[in-house]
Amino acid sequence: MATIQVDGRRYAVDDRDNLLQACLTLGFDLPYFCWHPAMGSVGACRQCAVKQYRDADDTQGALVMACMTPAADGTRISIADDQAREFRANVIEWLMVHHPHDCPVCEEGGHCHLQDMTVMTGHHRRRYRFRKRTHRNQYLGPFIAHEMNRCITCYRCVRFYRDYAGGTDLGAFGAGDNIYFGRHREGVLENAFAGNLTEVCPTGVFTDRPHSERYARKWDLQFAPSVCHQCAVGCNTSPGERYGEIRRIENRYHGEVNRFFLCDRGRFGHGYVNRDDRPRRPEWHAAAGETRVLDVDEALERGGEALRRARRVIGIGSPRASLESNHQLCELVGQDNFSTGIAEREQVCLARMRRLNLDAGLPTPTLREVEAHDAVLVLGEDLIASAARLGLAVRQAVLGRREVLAEARDIPAWNAEAVMTLAQDARHPLFIAYPTTTELDAIAERCLHLAPDDIARLGFAVAHAIDATAPAVGGLDERTRATAERIAEALRSARRPLVIAGGSLESPAILEAAGNVARALATRERRGGLTLVRREANSTGVELLDGRPLEWALDALGQGDADAVVVLENDLHRRLPGERVDRALAAAETVIALDHQRTATWERAHLGLPAASFAEADGTLVSLEGRAQRFYPVYEPRYHRPESRIHPGWRWLLALHAGLQRRTLPDVAFDDLTRDCARRHPVLAGIVAAAPGADERVCGLKLARQPHRYSGRTAMRADLDVSEPSPPRDPDTPFTFSMEGYAGFDRPRREVPFAWAPGWNSPQAWNKFTDEVGGHLRGGDPGARLLEPAAGVAGHVDAIPPPFEAGVGEWRVVVLPRLFGGEETSSRAAPIMARAPAPTLRLAPADARRLAAEAGDTLVIETSLVHLTLPLLVDAALPSGLVGIPAGLAAALSSGAPARLSVVPGDGEAQP
Amino acid sequence: MRENLEPLASDGDGFVLDPQDRRAIEQERRHYEQPQAACIEALKIVQRRHGWVPDGAIVAIAETLGIGPASVEGVATFYSLIFRQPVGRHVILICDSSVCFLTGFEPLHAALAGQLGIDFGQTTDDGRFTLLPACCLGACDGAPALMIDDDTYATVAAEDLATLLEAYP
Amino acid sequence: MTATRYRSRLHQAGGERRLETHPLTWWLRDDGERVDLDDYVAKDGYGVVRQVLGHQTPDAVIETLKAANIRGRGGGGFSAGVKWSLTLKGEEVPRGYLVCNADEMEPGTFKDRLLLEQLPHLLLEGMILGGYANAAYYGYIFLRGEYVAAAQALERAIEEARAAGWLGRDIAGSGFDFDIALHTGAGRYICGEETALINSLEGQRANPRAKPPFPGQSGAWGKPTVVNNVETLCNVPAALRFGADWYQGLSGERSDDGGTKLYGVSGQVRRTGLWELPMGTPAGELLDRAGGLRDDRTLKAWLPGGGSTGFLLPEHLDLALDFDTIGKAGSRLGTGLLTLVADDQSLVALVRNLEEFFARESCGWCTPCRDGLPWAVELLRALERGEGQPGDIERLEALAADQGPGKTFCAHAPGAAMPLASAIHFFRDEFARGIAGAREEGG
Ligand SMILES: Cc1cc2nc3c(=O)[nH]c(=O)nc-3n(C[C@H](O)[C@H](O)[C@H](O)COP(=O)(O)O)c2cc1C
Ligand code: SF4
Ligand code: FES
Repeated sequence: MATIQVDGRRYAVDDRDNLLQACLTLGFDLPYFCWHPAMGSVGACRQCAVKQYRDADDTQGALVMACMTPAADGTRISIADDQAREFRANVIEWLMVHHPHDCPVCEEGGHCHLQDMTVMTGHHRRRYRFRKRTHRNQYLGPFIAHEMNRCITCYRCVRFYRDYAGGTDLGAFGAGDNIYFGRHREGVLENAFAGNLTEVCPTGVFTDRPHSERYARKWDLQFAPSVCHQCAVGCNTSPGERYGEIRRIENRYHGEVNRFFLCDRGRFGHGYVNRDDRPRRPEWHAAAGETRVLDVDEALERGGEALRRARRVIGIGSPRASLESNHQLCELVGQDNFSTGIAEREQVCLARMRRLNLDAGLPTPTLREVEAHDAVLVLGEDLIASAARLGLAVRQAVLGRREVLAEARDIPAWNAEAVMTLAQDARHPLFIAYPTTTELDAIAERCLHLAPDDIARLGFAVAHAIDATAPAVGGLDERTRATAERIAEALRSARRPLVIAGGSLESPAILEAAGNVARALATRERRGGLTLVRREANSTGVELLDGRPLEWALDALGQGDADAVVVLENDLHRRLPGERVDRALAAAETVIALDHQRTATWERAHLGLPAASFAEADGTLVSLEGRAQRFYPVYEPRYHRPESRIHPGWRWLLALHAGLQRRTLPDVAFDDLTRDCARRHPVLAGIVAAAPGADERVCGLKLARQPHRYSGRTAMRADLDVSEPSPPRDPDTPFTFSMEGYAGFDRPRREVPFAWAPGWNSPQAWNKFTDEVGGHLRGGDPGARLLEPAAGVAGHVDAIPPPFEAGVGEWRVVVLPRLFGGEETSSRAAPIMARAPAPTLRLAPADARRLAAEAGDTLVIETSLVHLTLPLLVDAALPSGLVGIPAGLAAALSSGAPARLSVVPGDGEAQP
Repeated sequence: MRENLEPLASDGDGFVLDPQDRRAIEQERRHYEQPQAACIEALKIVQRRHGWVPDGAIVAIAETLGIGPASVEGVATFYSLIFRQPVGRHVILICDSSVCFLTGFEPLHAALAGQLGIDFGQTTDDGRFTLLPACCLGACDGAPALMIDDDTYATVAAEDLATLLEAYP
Repeated sequence: MTATRYRSRLHQAGGERRLETHPLTWWLRDDGERVDLDDYVAKDGYGVVRQVLGHQTPDAVIETLKAANIRGRGGGGFSAGVKWSLTLKGEEVPRGYLVCNADEMEPGTFKDRLLLEQLPHLLLEGMILGGYANAAYYGYIFLRGEYVAAAQALERAIEEARAAGWLGRDIAGSGFDFDIALHTGAGRYICGEETALINSLEGQRANPRAKPPFPGQSGAWGKPTVVNNVETLCNVPAALRFGADWYQGLSGERSDDGGTKLYGVSGQVRRTGLWELPMGTPAGELLDRAGGLRDDRTLKAWLPGGGSTGFLLPEHLDLALDFDTIGKAGSRLGTGLLTLVADDQSLVALVRNLEEFFARESCGWCTPCRDGLPWAVELLRALERGEGQPGDIERLEALAADQGPGKTFCAHAPGAAMPLASAIHFFRDEFARGIAGAREEGG
């Protein structure tokens, strides 16, 4: 700690900070551009100038850049000093020399850091009377629009993209006052985190392109705190709605999870919510594709009747639905009839992951904690594809070595360029074992491209090398043994080693191997972490409900043990082979589907009930960290589409339940459901505390979903009705569907729909909500952790698989997750599909030669269940004997399945 | 704005790095701790062969050195002696800095521009000369000065130009 | 035809020069050809390497240099000995680099070129000694790309020195290993700024780096790195050969800064060129040596050491040309090569030209320089055309004030501000005549 003096008053600050951080943490409004809490200082923009005095006798002082000056004990500065203020105003004036006067048509307007800083410094009159220079813009792909004329050359974009996120295709070009930020040539920005440029750029150079097509100002959007549903990491988001559509998703600061950044799938993958073909009213599907739209009463009547008639009703839950909805389904059908809706091979992995979280002795670090680990072993995950934001955190962990080295030379961590210069390529060790290359390979000490069983064997060997009581792996070759020794050595000597594995390759052996490594580390000394990657937003949570696998449900239907089924927000056809699902559904007397998407399963249901998506429902999800987090409805669908009959899954299920029991629908509050769920499942006891109840008030007020400048409210429904209805009521949450309510920053609160503070309209406003810049929300970071390790460490497992051997004329399938196109709901968003690479089939070069196939040839892959044609990609990293298939193509192709391959004849000749 | 997507992998426009140049770049790389350091010399090597640095060379150099194309382009566009547009067979650099300015840069520039029919940044129609301004050439005791290719000339007067240029066909 | 192939030359003939009084130029040949290894060794070149390596500790070398007070000839005037004493050394520190700054692009400066083209071995000797004192394992000569002849001379010299064992492993049996590579630049004045130079050496965009940490703590590739000017390094061998007292004595009563200086004169004078003279030689003496102004013009103003120094007036000609004296007069010694401006030349035009230079050469990293200097250029152009507006001069003054040290990221913009501010200070009327309407009123 240090004491500094700001404008004559003394304050206690953290002496590891620079003065800008210290001042912002103290709540001062000091303008800045090039500094960013996650990226440190470089002193380029000169916007944060303050006057610094040597001592009490120094009345002259000198200007210094706050971001480049340590908050050392005894420092005396003035923010208010005239010369400092004038200089800051001049800096803005220079930045505006070439800036267009296009705020009215600029999409950054209203959440623009440059606007905020311009107002803050008081620059309001243009004195520059000469010509402005102009730039040409580039096409950068479906996510991001480019308007270089607005650039103020703060260098944040390249610093984020290159230094923080590891991208190589965005650069700073030119020199002097002719600097250009873009790609070396027009084209799609390749990095998985490019979307953050829209928030990192302090002005409107990089903007959200899908938002642009249906644009609304930030102050005209309605927000709710939400949790990303596109993978299991659980990033906090701030979806913004206008006219019943989600227009954009912005990062919602969470001090332990995503902090400032989201991945592009999460940011741009929400379009499925707005699809025109979404089911919005109950449907009755008579035979032969005949659809009848029902009103709610009729639908519930038919549903209730069918359920009453049924001998046995099976409930199929979903890892993309909330705990509350899944629980309600379980209540409807009874625990014995409840399936998680997850295929067995995945569920086995999930169960094992739960067990490892509890008994392997190491906790799951939060993403923020991940960044503080100093050796990482990744077994069988391509993190950027399967849990992208976690991958970004691992990158920071590996680069964390820089700061360790810098500290030893008294270079403060915030001195970003100096830290990078000193450390050069120095990194904490990262080891990745995966069947092919991954994006993180570039910063890994060793990458091993292995078949799943061999990845497991490597893991077991590492565990044995750390802890001799762990089972040894027989028949290891010398190279693998040496690698295992090196990995073990790195993990052992780390302060905080991290083991990451997951379900991507659907290999229980890999998980057991990771478990042994974790146990080996935990037995020696309880340090380090174990992160286990799950696939979907609520995979972790639904698994905790102890349902049965999907196969069990289909069998029960197919064999006539049950005659009715309720499917909750789940496209079964993406989980198991279509014929098998169809057979089971066809055998059922009654199929009721609840969903917000028109899926294959929906089409085969007799009764379809339009469920709310994340944007219209409340619910709790459990992330891969074991963190239960609440999301809230962003808008009420009926407000803009009165014909819509969308309700949260849990509400439909409550109603069906009432119908089944011939009761009237009870007046159940959402909080009661959560409580009920927690009561029924002791492991979920924590979810009640995960979020404030509906009765939460700040200053006696509910919390506003809309900024107080929200406009057009009286007219926005004028096409429907000239009189303005009162805003929809929301008894289930502490939020109002209006601007009336608390929207401030000064009272601590956990759930913040959107960040705004006086003078701070841009995402930089989050700094006003945290205890220190880049720290924790003052009201506490949202969510509650559920899965903490038990006291003891369970014994090692010794189910070591034999080495993988390539079959003759037969290949083993590995399904490879992909960031774009591999996940169900985001694949229904147009920009994601535009960004998804065309699917290919991967083979090792030797295998391609054996088949006399060349890159681009069309290959047929055949298993007992599928017959699929795909173009060949020759993958030099892939081990021989494996065939790589992108996730999301065919449910029948699961990792480990044997497959035959053949080349489609004739194609070869077409190739030159 | 175009809607179709470009391929993700950077495409080198079919530019092929001359094997000799590739070797020279790899050789250069050994002088430094990091491959990035050879980037400027690599650009110069390409420029020596082609007169300028074509777009495809950026990608080719990036691949040879194992660094990102954006960082090669960032360097190529920063330095004034790396040409990212085609230049003439001979490049004339006139010193436009203070001492030459005081001793006749302006009339010299006007005469040269007049004779060649081009101004700074342009190339004569016959592709013979490109005219560029240069920072103080360190020949102030011989101002005004200019360089044609690798040759530095001092006390250049307008009437000398015709004879001087003759030597550069 | 007056045009000639340019060749560096010194005005003092061989007979005038002695090692004891002209430690830099004594070695030069009168025919202006390169002093090759044989010439150099014949005059006991590399003798200091033999004398020092393995016989004196690096610390002792640094002590001598500190006492000699060789002030940085690159323009900053920082004591080389002090700089070297701050270089991080020790068991746990990796050995780093010694970098010679041969980027000479300061407008009006042509001194390093002479040493590089004609006396490369003296530089190499200075670098070997510098490498030894700073525990560097490798040296780079960062040479501006346009110095083609210097590049050839240096390449040859490095080869000669390496073949003779002055570079490489175990130099002169001392156990000290050191080698040197030539790195040629690709343009841009900012590469001369020492941290931008390091970035450029690393193949990056030549943006400067924040200090601290100084290059001596974390320089090229994060290793301790010393950057010195050509002339500074060329002063090292003699200072070590004859000692600090001798070095101090070279400038005698004239200056507290020791040694000699390669002074030069250019602009509208009869005899432009270079002289090696004791530090602190008065400007007037140089002007005399240059034969006064051409065509009987009178002197209006002068720059003491390049475009980034402040203008001085004829009344300042008596000042000793050393760092402190010129600094006290409100300018900077800079590189010590005088640019003379005659009475009939427009200062507004000259300052416009200078600011065009600095604006064009800005690296584009920090706002005041990147966006402020081009604005100054526009205002100066307007004044030059007689299209200035009331307030423009004050705007220029404010712009100059905002480019001050500490306000910008590096010393480039403060360098740009110096001639601008000083020109307005001394010649405000001339600027005022550029305000629209002022000419008519005045005349
Ligand atoms: C914009 C700028 C350009 C510079 N150019 C040169 C140069 O060309 N040569 C040089 O030796 N020093 C130059 N310097 C000074 C260097 O930064 C550095 O101080 C010098 O190389 C240190 O060497 P010295 O102490 O031996 O003078 C420049 C400084 C600035 C700010
Ligand atoms: S003052 Fe700033 S913009 Fe100018 S050269 Fe230095 S760092 Fe670059
Ligand atoms: S924020 Fe401090 S210089 Fe940019």
